[in-house]
Amino acid sequence: MKQWVKRFMASGELFIWGCGAGLSISLLMIGGLLVLILLNGFGYFWPADLVELTLKDGKHVIGQLAGEEVSPKGIPRIRVKIGNRDLYGLDYRWINTDQIIERAKPPDLVMVERREWGNFYGRLQTLVKEDQVVAEGPDAVWQALPVLLRQAESSEAASAYTVLALDANSKQKTLGLGQVMRVFRPNDLSTLEKVWIYFGNVWTVLTTEPREANTEGGIFPAIFGTVMMVIIMSVVVTPFGVIGALYLREYARQGIIVRIVRIAVNNLAGVPSIVFGVFGLGFFVYGVGGTLDALWFSERLPTPTFGTGGILWASLTLALLTVPVVIVATEEGLAAVPREYREGSIGLGATKWETIWKVVLPSALPGILTGLILAMARAAGEVAPLMLTGVVKLAPALPIDGTWPFLHLDRKFMHLGFHIYDVGFQSPNVEAAKPMVYVTTLVLILVVVTLNLTGIVLRNRMRRKYAGSTV
Amino acid sequence: MLDQQYDVVSSVSTLAPPSSSPEMETMDPHVSKVSNRSGAQGKSKLRVQDFNFFYGPVQSLFKIDLGIPEHQVTAFIGPSGCGKSTLLRCMNRLNDLIEGARYEGNILLDDVDIFNPTIDITDLRKRVGMVFQKSNPFPKSIHENVAYGPRLQGLKNRTVLEEIVERSLRGAGLWEEVKDRLHESALGLSGGQQQRLCIARALAVKPDVLLMDEPCSALDPIATGIIEELLFSLKKELTVVIVTHNMQQAARVSDSTAFMYLGQLIEFGLTKQLFTNPAKKQTEDYITGRFG
Repeated sequence: MKQWVKRFMASGELFIWGCGAGLSISLLMIGGLLVLILLNGFGYFWPADLVELTLKDGKHVIGQLAGEEVSPKGIPRIRVKIGNRDLYGLDYRWINTDQIIERAKPPDLVMVERREWGNFYGRLQTLVKEDQVVAEGPDAVWQALPVLLRQAESSEAASAYTVLALDANSKQKTLGLGQVMRVFRPNDLSTLEKVWIYFGNVWTVLTTEPREANTEGGIFPAIFGTVMMVIIMSVVVTPFGVIGALYLREYARQGIIVRIVRIAVNNLAGVPSIVFGVFGLGFFVYGVGGTLDALWFSERLPTPTFGTGGILWASLTLALLTVPVVIVATEEGLAAVPREYREGSIGLGATKWETIWKVVLPSALPGILTGLILAMARAAGEVAPLMLTGVVKLAPALPIDGTWPFLHLDRKFMHLGFHIYDVGFQSPNVEAAKPMVYVTTLVLILVVVTLNLTGIVLRNRMRRKYAGSTV
Repeated sequence: MLDQQYDVVSSVSTLAPPSSSPEMETMDPHVSKVSNRSGAQGKSKLRVQDFNFFYGPVQSLFKIDLGIPEHQVTAFIGPSGCGKSTLLRCMNRLNDLIEGARYEGNILLDDVDIFNPTIDITDLRKRVGMVFQKSNPFPKSIHENVAYGPRLQGLKNRTVLEEIVERSLRGAGLWEEVKDRLHESALGLSGGQQQRLCIARALAVKPDVLLMDEPCSALDPIATGIIEELLFSLKKELTVVIVTHNMQQAARVSDSTAFMYLGQLIEFGLTKQLFTNPAKKQTEDYITGRFG
């Protein structure tokens, strides 16, 4: 028996199982997180059927089913998104299933997307133009609406129309046509039409600006801000990191000072990001920005131009945060360049700089790109320092636009990470904003993955180029 | 004991250089015949004089004194760590890269001291090319590898570059094999081809001397044979110094051979003589394989 245990331990079987278990747990957690985000994020776009519930007390409820559970008291209940925030105050409602007498999906139920107050669920009743009834009855109004809505997009004339609609309990609600964005009957849609609407919704979210305290509409400015900030950061961090690493590895006399510098650089990567935020605020925003304002924009003072948070300062702060990553990766890349390359080049009469520029750096490019990929991944997900250096909850003016000088580095910007925080935890209507949190999270992850994939593809291409085909 | 050896060495080395060895000719008529045939009495391209070399506190070359004859192949043989590579790398000052490297004495290239501070070191390295033990083509295309040296000298004209590339590749006997894929990665070539590419790369800057540090140690016999044949054609154009572990190779390709041991030059003479009738017991022991 003892022999058996000894042999088992010596074989490393236990170790392998332990490693396998650890890896599986990590993968499961990541997979679970992704599935959660994917389900909730992608589910948000689906035009779910509208259900009309008849309750025991004779009242009706119209809404979309949004989950079910057993309440703490042991009663099964369902969660319904009832919309009509202006009428009921809340978007969601719990209903105990034993209260429900009937569930139905009448085709004439409409879902009205409004510019304010969220969705309206109910039935269309009358279409009125300046006290003149234009159409009467659910179907007539439904047929008249699409044309008017298309007109409303281009002209002001359509806003003279008003739609009268009824909620679940036949309470009348007046909707100005200017308020209405879209109307559709989810129960009357074929699956194909729903898919069409689904992708339309995805497109809307990706390309439009937010509405309703960020809980509705799109997140385009946040996507744009995130990507642009990462790009500016990369442009700044790459040369600095590479130059720093080059000096440390190739030129500096290897000794105690270089070792201390190297340790300091490594430790810099471990400094909490909020500390960088404070530094960015103090140094870049107030220091550099304030000086720039005093020198070049004094006519606008006391309104600050660069002396306040902006995308440039946020990017620079993040560059500072990620420069250790690039330095470490570049140093490793440089160290991995075979000595033979250097000697071969120097043996041909190249100077040290020519050797570095023409042979060493190209060979180290994959390593440098690895560093940049890690830096981008970290920068795209960082929120805390941005809050101090230029991110705001709503900045519809993009850092790039058609007015001179086209690139506005002084502008504040939106960021997906901060958007998640803002929508999820600072919103006046947290419940209504919840799907938006998932969507934003999903988009943030996709943005990071896309940026990384671009870097990885680029790196692999470099590797192929510099490693050659080993037939 | 060192002193004793030192005496031996210096006495040998004064006798050794075939370029200035009337004593040797008188000593052995056979040698003189050989030296006439191989033109050994040509002038010394490189002269190493009283040369000591240190890695930090460790001395690795002791009082080396020899002359490399022009348009000949000179081989350095000796057990690992005997300093033959170090000596070779001193000849184009590649050891300058090593921190703590220090030397005493002179190495003259065409009677000019290569350690003279006024000498342009990149110019020296253009004149004294180097081929390394491990083939080290740059991770670039074949064309770019060969054009690297000329480009460093500021040559930009495409047609001239192409001519140089072709001439160098022909010189290294590689042209026929790669002429259709000049713009593919050099790392796709076989080991022997890579080594010949490195020779072509060195030839592209038109060196006077080509130093080869065990150029065949990583190659199979066929690739080795090709490179050895190449040496015969190369020595018409330039002077070759080759370090090798392979005594048969030294015997096959070289005109003169230097045997080194523990940082000292034990014996230097015409290859034929050194291998058939070594003057020193140590040399004989080494070439017959009796060496410890």
